[in-house]
Amino acid sequence: MWQELRTELRPQGLEIVTVALDARGIDAAGPWIAKAAPDHPSLIDEGHVVDALFGVLNVPSGIWIDEEGMIARPPEPAHPRRPAYLDRAVPPDASPAQREGIELVKALHVEAERYVAALRDWVRTGSESRFALSPDEVIRRSRPRPVEEATAAARFALGQALYARGAQAAAIEHFREAHRLQPTNWTYRRDAWSLAGADREVVYGTSWIEEVKREGVENYYPPLEL
Amino acid sequence: MIFTRSRVPVAEFEHVAGWQSKPEGLCRGERCVPFRSADPAMVELAAAADALAMPLVHDAAHGLWALGAEAGGRALHSAVAPELELPDYRGGSFRLSSLRGTKVLLVAWASW
Repeated sequence: MWQELRTELRPQGLEIVTVALDARGIDAAGPWIAKAAPDHPSLIDEGHVVDALFGVLNVPSGIWIDEEGMIARPPEPAHPRRPAYLDRAVPPDASPAQREGIELVKALHVEAERYVAALRDWVRTGSESRFALSPDEVIRRSRPRPVEEATAAARFALGQALYARGAQAAAIEHFREAHRLQPTNWTYRRDAWSLAGADREVVYGTSWIEEVKREGVENYYPPLEL
Repeated sequence: MIFTRSRVPVAEFEHVAGWQSKPEGLCRGERCVPFRSADPAMVELAAAADALAMPLVHDAAHGLWALGAEAGGRALHSAVAPELELPDYRGGSFRLSSLRGTKVLLVAWASW
């Protein structure tokens, strides 16, 4: 997904590093990475450490880091192009639930063109770019981190570790607790749901549609503050 | 950050938690938090968790301990990018600091 942009911007001094937030690790992310055939580093983050370290809440999220290792923009929605789901037509034979899902997805707020234009500007002009933030602004824009959200990171890590050890029932309890402690973290929710497969709504008693409606579709990908 | 015992060798703590044990305390990059261990070769997770304001959750049934994120303030305590060490899809190990001198776009994505 990012390879095209990497090919364009690598000669100008940008490297792209992708991080797959998949508790099932390479088994889940590997086929997608193989298909993308990336030239850039493609990492696997089974325990979602980028959530704990940088404050990532959803995917795709992008973080800009300059040549000195300073963060120039904290996590924010990062789409390299307009996703196909925004233009998906509702099939005439769609069930009411399918229709609702497709229409909700189409209502997500995606600003691919603005994001990529800002990225190109930063790559070209560096700290002179109006999109490069001061260190104070980077910190200010990063998420508040109350103890509940800090604890959610531990709960998710325990859930992932227990899932990897085959203790699925115990893993689910920790995942549920992570969701309760940090309801705005979509990576914790959606990865745990994916592990539950077709039983996800039974296991967790909710669905993506319900949760997006509850949190507000406009908050799923908040507007870019460029 | 998963541990299988409550008291771990310094090297294990450093590798898993990403905080280095130094004379001035526990350090990540240029940030240091005062910390002293009675046994300089070992780290008590509960004491380190208190010092770092990182919640420690114990799953007694499975003998696991997990350190959470730093609590209080913001997700980013500093604009200095924290070290990120993760496996790449080919099975190698990657450190974000290896790209010092290059602009980086770090992208979080998922298959789900």
